Amino acid sequence: MNKNKEQLLNKRYKAEQRFRLYGLSAIFMALLFLTIFIFKIFSTGYSAFQKTWLIVPVTFDAELMMLDQNPSKEDLQDADYYDIALKSMADLDPNANEDQENELKRMVSYFFEKEIKNELLNDPDLIGKTKEVYLTASDDLDQVFKGNYPRDLPEDQRRVSDYQLKIFDQLVANGKVESKFNISFFTNADSREAELAGIASSFMGSIFSILVCLMIAFPVAVLAAIYLEEFAPKNRFTDFIEVNINNLAAVPSIVFGLLGLGVLLAIFQLPRSTPLVGGITLSLMTLPTIIIAARASLKAVPPSIREAALAMGASRMQTTMHHTVPLSMPGTLSGTIIGLAQALGETAPLILIGMVAFVNTIPGSPMDPAASLPVQIYIWAESAERGFVEKVSACIMVLLGFLIIMNLFAQIIRHKFEKKWS
Amino acid sequence: MRKNGVKMIKIKAKDVDVFYGKKQALFNISLDIEENQVTALIGPSGCGKSTFLRCLNRMNDVIDICSVKGEILINDFNINDKSCDVVRLREKIGMVFQKPNPFPKTLYENVSYGPTIHGMAQSKQEMDEIVETSLKKAALWEEVKDRLHEPGTGLSGGQQQRLCIARAISVRPEVILMDEPCSALDPIATAQIEELIDELKKEHTIIIVTHSMAQAARVSQNTGFFHLGQLIEHGSTDKIFKNPDNKKTQDYITGRFG
Repeated sequence: MNKNKEQLLNKRYKAEQRFRLYGLSAIFMALLFLTIFIFKIFSTGYSAFQKTWLIVPVTFDAELMMLDQNPSKEDLQDADYYDIALKSMADLDPNANEDQENELKRMVSYFFEKEIKNELLNDPDLIGKTKEVYLTASDDLDQVFKGNYPRDLPEDQRRVSDYQLKIFDQLVANGKVESKFNISFFTNADSREAELAGIASSFMGSIFSILVCLMIAFPVAVLAAIYLEEFAPKNRFTDFIEVNINNLAAVPSIVFGLLGLGVLLAIFQLPRSTPLVGGITLSLMTLPTIIIAARASLKAVPPSIREAALAMGASRMQTTMHHTVPLSMPGTLSGTIIGLAQALGETAPLILIGMVAFVNTIPGSPMDPAASLPVQIYIWAESAERGFVEKVSACIMVLLGFLIIMNLFAQIIRHKFEKKWS
Repeated sequence: MRKNGVKMIKIKAKDVDVFYGKKQALFNISLDIEENQVTALIGPSGCGKSTFLRCLNRMNDVIDICSVKGEILINDFNINDKSCDVVRLREKIGMVFQKPNPFPKTLYENVSYGPTIHGMAQSKQEMDEIVETSLKKAALWEEVKDRLHEPGTGLSGGQQQRLCIARAISVRPEVILMDEPCSALDPIATAQIEELIDELKKEHTIIIVTHSMAQAARVSQNTGFFHLGQLIEHGSTDKIFKNPDNKKTQDYITGRFG
């Protein structure tokens, strides 16, 4: 009998030990996946924050630019920079033939002409002089410099020719290639050219969408939650509403996208591809999340507080507005932020309402066409060019950073403003 | 209190029935409550004494399935009448609950809440006075006068309950309902509250629900004994405890059941 008991006890201890082990290994697995994921993103993405520049001597030849003596500002604006730009690239190899000159030109971005122009506009005294100008390297050379380009492929399978590589290597050897922080990734809108593409448009698109979403979803959801929790009678009809709010939270987001397409675009004729429509669509998605969070935190306010207020002669409205709602706000707000964070990462509905369109301008209001960060990831991931690979990861990093900040904010609100009652 | 030798009746309950859905919780309760006296309601758990107490300021309205029938006359006015405004009623009938439930706000805000919503103070100075006198009457002023702007939830249990009493008397109610106000408190805090009740009865009519027969005997002048939703017996505390008419009362008082 006693021995039996001993065995039983041992068994119980062992069961607990096993359970702890399972738990630990589950946590370990989760952390491992997270680490692999983050490592992968960072190792491919970090290089997108660097940009490769070729330092090329440019001679600002007034004649080639078709400039008269003492040109005015407007003259400088209208001058022809193409020839000097072309010439400065061709001069990299004095012996180049026409084909090779063409190849030399393709070593820098399409905008090299503009970069040279800006240089002169900043300093008009450069006319007639030679200056070394920083030109954005083409995305392929950018990848070569970052070591992401397979140089050992046969030439006909590469987008960079042997000749370009040879000149590029010479430039590297002379210290004429430099890597600097990629500001344009944050200030440029999307572009077909990987070296010029940036996230400014999609970032602003995301911000506008989230703001529209917040301004619609938050008041509606909070009012609905307060009414349902504090005022509505408990009967079959309110039960039905409650069940359907929960159902709404489970509806796949693409369905909301179709709704946005069918109602907002087709019936209300709102402008396509805009954060306004995107935000409204996302607010439909966020609404049930906020309602559920707000109701949960209203429920968590102890009934004794309501009774105390009612017994003091406060009306139902006063009880709700003076006590219940303020006490539930931390929970409601952090629920709202979590809902917005979900909306921020949402792609499918935005694709359906046209926010997937190629937008190379930065939106100034929710009525301007824009992309959003997750959609930008989708667009770039679809692009074949090698230069976009690191951009995808970099964009994911920005999106994740955004999400982490929002969740952190939710946590802070929850901890800082949560009231403790006895 | 007697005027010209006649007991002044503050509250007169006539044939009060209470239902929770289909279940009847109170049967035909008729009870007179004297002005400026402490009336204790005793009885075993679930006997309906708290339910009856909550009828007196219509707190049962909050419970959807609860319905109250019968007449409750306060100052000869039927509070179950449709014309009765619960906000005005609860201004006159304060309540202290079983568990101390201060608002998670400062002490000052706790006490000033009632006067604020009922517009009882014209100026900050007047409000300060109301807060001070209420806290003094609740015998809490000396302990908290230096920390009026700290959260009320930071006090000890007994202090919190006295804060709740201060909050209840801040609107100068005619009647104070107390629902087992000491059941969550230690003996010292209980003694303080009981002392306070004795003091408060000079200005207010007090009805207290209690589990402790000793407490009922100590603080009350009148006692009503509830059992299974019926008011078995009521009368002066002396009589109920020393010479009850009903056998059940006798059994309960002597601890044979409950």
